[in-house]
Amino acid sequence: MTMAIDAPRQGFRLSMLIFDTRYRSYTIQAVVLALFVIAIGWLGYNLDQNLSDRGKELSFRFLWQRAGYDIPQTLIPYTNDSVHFRALLVGLTNTLVVAFIGCICATILGVFVGVLRLSNNWLVARLMTVYVEMFRNVPLLLWVLLSYVVLTETMPAPKDFKVTDEMTAAGEAPAASMSFFDTVAVTNRGTNVPAPLLERGLGSIDLGFMSLNLTFLAFVAVIGGSIYANNRIVSDARRRQETTGDRPVTWWKSLLILFGPIAVMLVALGLHWETPVLKGFNFQGGMFIAHAFTALLVALTLYTAAFIAEIVRAGIQAINRGQSEAAFALGLRPGRTMSLVVLPQALRVIIPPLISQFLNLTKNTSLGAVISYSDISGTLGGITRNQTGREIECVFLMMLVYLSISLTISMGMNYYNRSTQLKAR
Amino acid sequence: MKKSVFFGALAATTLVSGLAMAGTLDDVKARGELICGSNTGLTGFGAPDASGNWSGFDVDLCRALAAAILGDASKVKFVPTTGETRFTALQSGEVDLLVRNSTWTASRDSELALDFVAVNYYDGQGFMVNKALGVSSAKELDGATVCIQTGTTTELNLADFFKENNISYQPVNVADDAEAQRQYTAGACDAFTTDASGLAATRATLPDAENHVILPEIISKEPLGPVVRNGDSAWGDVVRWTYYALLIAEEKGITAANVEEVATSTADEEVKRLLGVSGEMGAKFGLDNAAFKNAILAVGNYGEIFSRNIGEGTSINLARGLNALWTQGGLQYAPPFR
Repeated sequence: MTMAIDAPRQGFRLSMLIFDTRYRSYTIQAVVLALFVIAIGWLGYNLDQNLSDRGKELSFRFLWQRAGYDIPQTLIPYTNDSVHFRALLVGLTNTLVVAFIGCICATILGVFVGVLRLSNNWLVARLMTVYVEMFRNVPLLLWVLLSYVVLTETMPAPKDFKVTDEMTAAGEAPAASMSFFDTVAVTNRGTNVPAPLLERGLGSIDLGFMSLNLTFLAFVAVIGGSIYANNRIVSDARRRQETTGDRPVTWWKSLLILFGPIAVMLVALGLHWETPVLKGFNFQGGMFIAHAFTALLVALTLYTAAFIAEIVRAGIQAINRGQSEAAFALGLRPGRTMSLVVLPQALRVIIPPLISQFLNLTKNTSLGAVISYSDISGTLGGITRNQTGREIECVFLMMLVYLSISLTISMGMNYYNRSTQLKAR
Repeated sequence: MKKSVFFGALAATTLVSGLAMAGTLDDVKARGELICGSNTGLTGFGAPDASGNWSGFDVDLCRALAAAILGDASKVKFVPTTGETRFTALQSGEVDLLVRNSTWTASRDSELALDFVAVNYYDGQGFMVNKALGVSSAKELDGATVCIQTGTTTELNLADFFKENNISYQPVNVADDAEAQRQYTAGACDAFTTDASGLAATRATLPDAENHVILPEIISKEPLGPVVRNGDSAWGDVVRWTYYALLIAEEKGITAANVEEVATSTADEEVKRLLGVSGEMGAKFGLDNAAFKNAILAVGNYGEIFSRNIGEGTSINLARGLNALWTQGGLQYAPPFR
């Protein structure tokens, strides 16, 4: 027997907002919204009131005042005569470069460790377990500090590289020497590596608000063109394979098209390497990578890689053993089983948590503050905030910047995730 | 109804924040404790010892203030602040005042909305290097790596100095004196720059102090002094005049040892007013009449504080120089106590 019970038809009464389940949720939502608006309003009012009590006002004009301070690591031109906004950009590029390289290194190391943790070799698998557990369970801040202190305390001072006349006479070697065929010097201040220099650069054109580096643009164009041409070659080969059944040999064509044009261009522009030389207090020439950068990168990579390793391991283990057994039964070799059967399916499991690891790594770059790495929290959130006294504005800008970076990363990764996801047809 | 509650709450908060702004002196009295923003640790100026007792030149000014307001020099809580956190700590009300080698500048007075009430140490920025470098002038530091504390005036002076002299340097940013000292000792920077007094203090704590030399160039004016929040001039007056009381005490030869005796025997009217024997100057500041006497009794006069913490004969070994009394050719000068 079924009973259909209709709600009694009655007019709307105010008490129904509380006692009628159909309307109660609206009431609750309205109240929560009102409370939320009140809270925000109260905070805003409080801020405004307290600022005006101190004779301050919210203003971003300070961004166009002279900064007056120097930044140890600048990827874009900057002097102490530049404005605070320029310092913000310098900090932003420093944040992005350590986050970008960190994400790549952490992914490579993480995948490597994750696969090795599943190794049948007992020793290798256990070593990887030790690594993962050690890095996952100690705060990142300590790893950052540790790598920085180790680098600055254990490496030789630049003066140890000096060869004096007495030493040559006595046949003594200096206390420290450069590595990699006398091209790389690691001191207690940083790493000096050779810098690629072009004899005949293409110069740059000034667009008023910014200057365009023509050499850089040419490189982007050539590399992009090479990659496009290579894609064409590979897709042609695939089409031939699908229609005729045999795949033409393409590896030498790919190599040629990928590296030929860029090599020709480098030779044409007169590429040479400038090696660092000890002059005065420090090594001069070449490229200087401060230890704050190296330490932060190493710590971020090792720490995040431990998490990525676990994600990769979980992803591989999530694939049913039957899949690889079926592939073996079809006669696929282990390598092809991994690349054609297991990994494509594992990626679906791996990528979503990987996105949050990338986001974590990017946000964790702000820990560079403890070793005075000049990222955006060091320039804008540190020195600029302190020299101008604009705490609210600087912190607000910083939040905005981190939010934008994070949203961009998740947008890109979500796009990639959709392309690897199971397509329901 | 909701609306009226909302505006009521708003009015109440405004009132509370208004009150908190107006009366730091009342807050301190009600709390029974002075909260003093101090250095994270700069020997001679403000540093805790192994058992957590703070001592130093700046610390003694805080103690004098506590003695003046609360009658007990031990009722001070010291909050360590770095170059970057100090002004935020002051403005947020976390500390009542800052006494930590902070330089008085125009933009800090205006843009940061702070009030520098006095100058308790006239200083200038210098450089310290290892003798082994063979450097005798800061102008020879071309290409050197320099340790510099962030969020300081010295950071800006450093940039200006190297630019003016057309030489280059590689900055190594550090957060506080301890980190600067670690990097400098490890040789991660060739030179360390900060206020000359800070250099002397850092040098004194190095195990091989004789191997380090402070270069002759003083590249800036660094008037260091206590700082309070803008808009609370009654509180600023209390800090300012407690400091001046210590200066007047030195001028008049009043010390911690003889202050009681002077109070009973003096015929000098200014001293009588200062020590609360006649008139009620203390009360006009909202303090006890014997407030300034208590301050002198607790820490001694300016000269005593100086020679006890940083003067000649201590490990820091600074001469009075600019900080001598105006009667002895220095700049320390107190307005009349009248």
